[in-house]
Amino acid sequence: MGWFFIRLWALLVYLFMFLPVAVVVLLSFNASQFDSFPMTGLSFRWFVELWQNDAILRAFQTSMILGGLTALISTTLGVLASLALVRYRVPGANLISTMLIAPILVPEVVLAVALLLFLNFLSINKSFALLLFGHVIFTLPFVVLVVQARLVSIRRDIEEAAMSLGASPVQTFFEVTLPLMLPAVLAGGLFAFTISFDDITGTLFWKPGGVETVPTQIFAMLRNSISPEINALGTVMIVLTVGLPLLGAAIARQLARKSGG
Amino acid sequence: MVENVRARPEGLLTPETRFPAAVAAGKSSSPETGIVSSVTLSDIVKRFEAFTAVHKTSLEIPEGNFVTLLGPSGCGKTTTLRMVAGLLDPTEGEILIKGRKVNDVPIHKRNLGLVFQNYALFPHKTIAENVAFGLKYRGVSKQDARKRVQGALELVQLPGVGDRYPKQLSGGQQQRIALARAIVIEPDVLLLDEPLSALDANLREDMRVELKRIQERIGVTTIFVTHDQSEALAMSDQIVVMSAGRVEQVGAPEDVYNTPASEFVANFLGASNILPARCVGRDGDAAVLETETFGRVPVPAAKAPNVSGEGPAKLVVRAEKLQLSPREAPADGVVAVDATVEAVDYQGQAVRYFVRAGDRHLQAINMIDERPFAEGAPVSLRLRPRDCAALPVS
Repeated sequence: MGWFFIRLWALLVYLFMFLPVAVVVLLSFNASQFDSFPMTGLSFRWFVELWQNDAILRAFQTSMILGGLTALISTTLGVLASLALVRYRVPGANLISTMLIAPILVPEVVLAVALLLFLNFLSINKSFALLLFGHVIFTLPFVVLVVQARLVSIRRDIEEAAMSLGASPVQTFFEVTLPLMLPAVLAGGLFAFTISFDDITGTLFWKPGGVETVPTQIFAMLRNSISPEINALGTVMIVLTVGLPLLGAAIARQLARKSGG
Repeated sequence: MVENVRARPEGLLTPETRFPAAVAAGKSSSPETGIVSSVTLSDIVKRFEAFTAVHKTSLEIPEGNFVTLLGPSGCGKTTTLRMVAGLLDPTEGEILIKGRKVNDVPIHKRNLGLVFQNYALFPHKTIAENVAFGLKYRGVSKQDARKRVQGALELVQLPGVGDRYPKQLSGGQQQRIALARAIVIEPDVLLLDEPLSALDANLREDMRVELKRIQERIGVTTIFVTHDQSEALAMSDQIVVMSAGRVEQVGAPEDVYNTPASEFVANFLGASNILPARCVGRDGDAAVLETETFGRVPVPAAKAPNVSGEGPAKLVVRAEKLQLSPREAPADGVVAVDATVEAVDYQGQAVRYFVRAGDRHLQAINMIDERPFAEGAPVSLRLRPRDCAALPVS
């Protein structure tokens, strides 16, 4: 009897969480102009309109570039930081580690305002580079956490063996260490990308005038009216932010199986 | 305290007496005339902040030798090996490999073969890629590399696993591959860091024979680190016994075993009874030691190298040299003392007795003839003076 209620409760929780999302996805295929049930017919009309909306396409392009660059920079920095923290004896390693992870703990609004005030103090204007910088700051902890965890599990003697066989430290990194931590690096990169792609709080504070990412664009559109295009955009976003990590996980598992790891 | 222990050249296998180095890997190590020192440590010291892991140590390892660094954990043996490998920098002193000072040469330019306890194969590479790894950095052509990899795999008796991944092999097989990977590059020195410790007992003994066979076959100078005395005794040309960062003794296995240079060595290699004694003079070529338990024992001078003149000393009697007999059996030319069996540790082919002679407790390991003595049995302890060794009181 008790189990029945627990199951029912769990079901209700899931409905509460996913029903709105499902409604958005459903309505994005609605033929009607108005967001209401019953749906009048199935159509891809709103996706077509989305495709023809310059503002959204521009925002999408900005988000892709921003997310891609964030992922690239965060991953590079994260891998280097992890290597330093795990493989070398860095003075104050604990402090550095905490500082790298800290942006997760600080509310994003606080971080956003702080960075903005700091740049104001330095009298630097808002720019795309600043936006990118902000995104790197709060995606870096995720990369560091994932990569560090993997790096700890790679035995040092495997690298020592490679060096004893004649590989320089750099060659050892590219031949042995990097391939072994590649799944974690890719996962970290994907994390960085989706977090950046999804972000609105920091972006609203940091973006220069005239630059819109997908989330800020949706936000702007919602202020005027609720257009069914937004539903279609939502569907695209869901496919991207849910689909990409799943795809990444699948690739990582494939890689891991191949290496017997 | 300065220690200056040098490997004694006598009793070593010179390269000429070894099997010609006709490895499938195409090696032709030209054995040089005379004894060439392959690895030289001179006055090596390694300190980690306040802790001194290796005290001033000097060692010469002749070309083609199999030298074992033996000692309990924390004795500095692995630290010494890692300094030779270039994974640690010595705080003081010089390391020479084939006459070249390598202190400032990074590990990847030292041309060493390194085998670890946990195999350390590259999990993301096939066996063939693992073995070929070192050849990539030596400008060996693809075709040549394939041939040498094949040769090395045959040498470790694992041809035909080239396409597999390390995870698909057993521990013993992985260690053979690690060995193949280390020797295919024709290293100047082969460094083995407890390579058998991760294997289970039976396999360990097989691998020990196998490892020695391969080493003799290719004649590579080898430094082997272990805490297992039986491995050291079975495999080595020279054993370097270490304790607390210092070299206790260097010598051929028989020398180290029969004539321990210190109480530590006597206890570490097998079970020994160490009795307080007094050297009361010489009798021909023997140092006469007076003990409470055994009376006067003339120890051959060769086995009492550090006991000179009269004064306090120690008598070392290996447990397996102490023979239990019925009291009525004749005792000619041996020292005989009455004793009582206190405990019996039956081991199948042998038995370990704990006996009491007077108020002294002793251990004896005897092969079993018919059946062992019972607890409480009155026995006679027999001891040949030439089986004893004498140590100075430190």
